[in-house]
Amino acid sequence: MSHAVPLQYYLVVAGVLFTTGTVGFLLRRNLLVLLMSIELMLNAVNLTLVAFNRVHQANHDGQLFSFFIIVVAAAEAAVGLAIVLAFFRVRRSVRSDDADLLRN
Amino acid sequence: MATFEFAFFCICALFCLLGGVATVGAKNPIRGAMGLLCTIVGIAGMYLLLNAEMLAAIQIVVYAGAVVILFLFVIMLLGPVAAQEPDARGAMSRYVGAAVMIVASVGGLLAIVRSGGGPLTMFAEPVGDMGTVEAIGHAMFGRGLVAFQITGLLLLVGVIGAMAVARGRHGDAALQKQRADEIRSAGPRQPSLVAPLSPHQPTTGARPSKAAAAAKALLSKEVSR
Repeated sequence: MSHAVPLQYYLVVAGVLFTTGTVGFLLRRNLLVLLMSIELMLNAVNLTLVAFNRVHQANHDGQLFSFFIIVVAAAEAAVGLAIVLAFFRVRRSVRSDDADLLRN
Repeated sequence: MATFEFAFFCICALFCLLGGVATVGAKNPIRGAMGLLCTIVGIAGMYLLLNAEMLAAIQIVVYAGAVVILFLFVIMLLGPVAAQEPDARGAMSRYVGAAVMIVASVGGLLAIVRSGGGPLTMFAEPVGDMGTVEAIGHAMFGRGLVAFQITGLLLLVGVIGAMAVARGRHGDAALQKQRADEIRSAGPRQPSLVAPLSPHQPTTGARPSKAAAAAKALLSKEVSR
């Protein structure tokens, strides 16, 4: 089996994906989109871990880390969406700008 | 074979990047969730290329099957509120922050590309059991056993926490609070509705303030209880 794609290509894709997620997190004000941006960033990190694990094949630590990150991301999505629902119940809105109860 | 692999990688990368841009840029969150789905499928394809078949399956099952569907449920539960238009407050600082992030990451990428100069790292032949279910299972229940158990605890706490947060307080208390919120939000708009019906009211300003005071009293009772 030949290998046409070097490691660096995967890293570039992961970096661009992570940047996209970060920019979305900074730019958008919809809480749902913010959570989705976090998922994008976690996916980019997972891709990096798995690609490096492919280089260092002596163990499966990278894939194991990636698995645990997927678990944490699932729990984070559940709790985050519950928080969005609770926030919506209080303020009738999903804008992050409206979360200013502590400001005044 | 090599060109096929490269073409598959390019398709996956295209899925990832276009999906990411769609997630971030979509006005409608449902389209955003579809973009997230696109990204996840692309990343699962890359896992296949990287000899991580088990993780590719987990990625599809957990992300595409659970997380994105959860997002879609919440978006549909919220209804049209989920696609609220943003207001202009603090837009400039956000744009500045995003621009700084883009410049920093692109600069970092360029610096790394320039400073490297060496040959690209090609992958060696995979050892026999790379990424199979057996190998991952041995690693997970060998070195990662304690972490795996703690993962179970984390999921339990996550489930309980999600239920406790999303359910709110007891039913009637939440309902009263919602009613108080509605009174408060309807307060300033009251005069225009009421004024034509009751011309003998001396001032229109007294009524909304009274309503707001009632709502505030109700709220403070809620909080103290």
